[in-house]
Amino acid sequence: MELRKISDIVWEIPRQGEMKVPALIYSSERLLKDIRNDLTLTQARNVACLPGIQLFSYVMPDAHQGYGFPIGGVAAFDLDSGIISPGGVGYDINCGVRLLRSDFREQDITAKRKELLAEIFKEVPAGVGKGGVTKLSRGVLRDILVKGAEWAVENGYGTAEDLDRTEERGRMRDAACDHVSDRAMERGAPQLGTLGSGNHFLEFQKVDRIFDAEVARAFGIDAEGQVTVMIHCGSRGLGHQVATDYIEIMENKAGTEGLPDRELVNAPFKSEIGQRYYKSMCAAVNYAFANRQMIAHWVRDVFKKVLGRSTGMSMVYDVCHNVAKVERHTVGGVEKTVCIHRKGATRSFGPGRSEIPAAYRAVGQPVIIPGSMGTASYILAGTREAEERSFSSTAHGAGRVMSRHEAVRRFRGEQIRDDLARRGIELKSTNWKGVAEEASAAYKDVEEVVRVSHEAGLGRLVARVVPIGVMKG
Amino acid sequence: MRYEILPHTADGKFRAYGATLEDAFANAALATASLMWDWAKIEPRIERSIDVRGRDREQLLVKFLGEIVYLFDTERFMLSGVKDLEIEEASVIRDPQGEADVPDHLSEAGARLRLTARFLGDALSDRSEIHGGVKAVTYNEMKIECCAGAAKAGYVIQVVVDM
Repeated sequence: MELRKISDIVWEIPRQGEMKVPALIYSSERLLKDIRNDLTLTQARNVACLPGIQLFSYVMPDAHQGYGFPIGGVAAFDLDSGIISPGGVGYDINCGVRLLRSDFREQDITAKRKELLAEIFKEVPAGVGKGGVTKLSRGVLRDILVKGAEWAVENGYGTAEDLDRTEERGRMRDAACDHVSDRAMERGAPQLGTLGSGNHFLEFQKVDRIFDAEVARAFGIDAEGQVTVMIHCGSRGLGHQVATDYIEIMENKAGTEGLPDRELVNAPFKSEIGQRYYKSMCAAVNYAFANRQMIAHWVRDVFKKVLGRSTGMSMVYDVCHNVAKVERHTVGGVEKTVCIHRKGATRSFGPGRSEIPAAYRAVGQPVIIPGSMGTASYILAGTREAEERSFSSTAHGAGRVMSRHEAVRRFRGEQIRDDLARRGIELKSTNWKGVAEEASAAYKDVEEVVRVSHEAGLGRLVARVVPIGVMKG
Repeated sequence: MRYEILPHTADGKFRAYGATLEDAFANAALATASLMWDWAKIEPRIERSIDVRGRDREQLLVKFLGEIVYLFDTERFMLSGVKDLEIEEASVIRDPQGEADVPDHLSEAGARLRLTARFLGDALSDRSEIHGGVKAVTYNEMKIECCAGAAKAGYVIQVVVDM
């Protein structure tokens, strides 16, 4: 596809054919090589054809081919003339990342890291088919869908301060469960408080580089060697089923004729079906917030048990990667409320936004970008410029470049474990084939992804963390 | 060959074959199961009846394969085989009253196709080996083709599942 180069890190697919707006790609020459290898750009062009899209169909630096929208796709829609699309959110609704800081230093946990990992493994169910600790009644599940992480805190998992440090304060207020199907509820009931599988993980890390000491300090990151904990998971089967259900409901209502891709199926945002999906999606978002809140609580329990204390293990932040939200943005001097879809992208609100915690309002929200298994992850800060450049969005991770199939052919899980052990990183998993699938060589270089984010002004570098112990589902 | 697993950047992709559409659907079910466990090693101790409807073949396939994911998530049911798969076409199939497994909000469909089958399999146990999780069945790159090209001798189904 013909790309117009705007700068070394910004590219455009000019408006053509059915496109209502151009597509804007934040990428380097190097990352573009991978992006051009799959359907990412075609999918970005398809998104640009959707009704009510504002300014651009955006592609983040870690983008790869998705369903309907690319992963790393961002699009804002007018509330009256625009749409909402389950394919613009993805199957794992509110897949996201939570980061805890601590007062521990690397040397405090080095000797105990095997024990920490073993205990976490006992506390947090992980892997395919692993159920949660409690079988939830329908009434409790409905409560969770409405109240999200607030439910978890009310029930003894963590503190009210955790809610301050969670996107949406851990609860999307537009959630309703009247139109969440029985099947979604049935799939969600046994899975609350579980990590899941695939690319989901839990890591003990140490801060290995600080790029911006002032902002880092505001985020609770004080020094190199400081221990952090990262939790990456989502809404499990409940969210997957909400997505599946509404793709079906929308295509039954609107048909699939004329869609370049069936997963671009959508409904006008303000239509009855559009609103049912939006409210159900918010319910799935809340489930995922509650999920990460419970897991964070168990992590603190384990630190207390193994190391004698868990003081100072407060949250840096919890961000969504797959979500549609109603947000107010000032773009080109015009203030406007839009329905923004971020699919495999992170919100990156800059200083001054009222939605972010008071403690971060001077520096911008923390943006947490997990790397691939065993490599570095990054903490960035949202920027004011991102509002003009990407409706306040940036990358969400490394992004795959190699198929799971190919990764399994090339790597062995046990070998990866041994290699990591030689570098001082403990790895524990339920599934060695799953570990091979997640080999870091199967992913893009996260360093290059965050460099582009930083240089494009979408999210600025604050700190880098590297793993000490990794738990994989 | 019943099916083959194909490379895909982020997820699971396969092609399933069959002399008839029904055979190809049944083999697509085994291909989906193969992404999670070795279905040939699962004892067929339990049986589940499947009854799904769709507005077209593609939607019918998404819903049919979705049953494997649903039964695993809710009952820990691991598929080992598919029996008596039938696909019936009608001008309009009405959702039967009081059938609990068809959510109310899906009954607006006016579905044209109905699939019935029996799933054989076993419940997950401590001894079960699982090597992957399928989250959802997608329409991405989906193809259901007959009697042309690679599908000269019958049907070819291509599916990408989210993992």
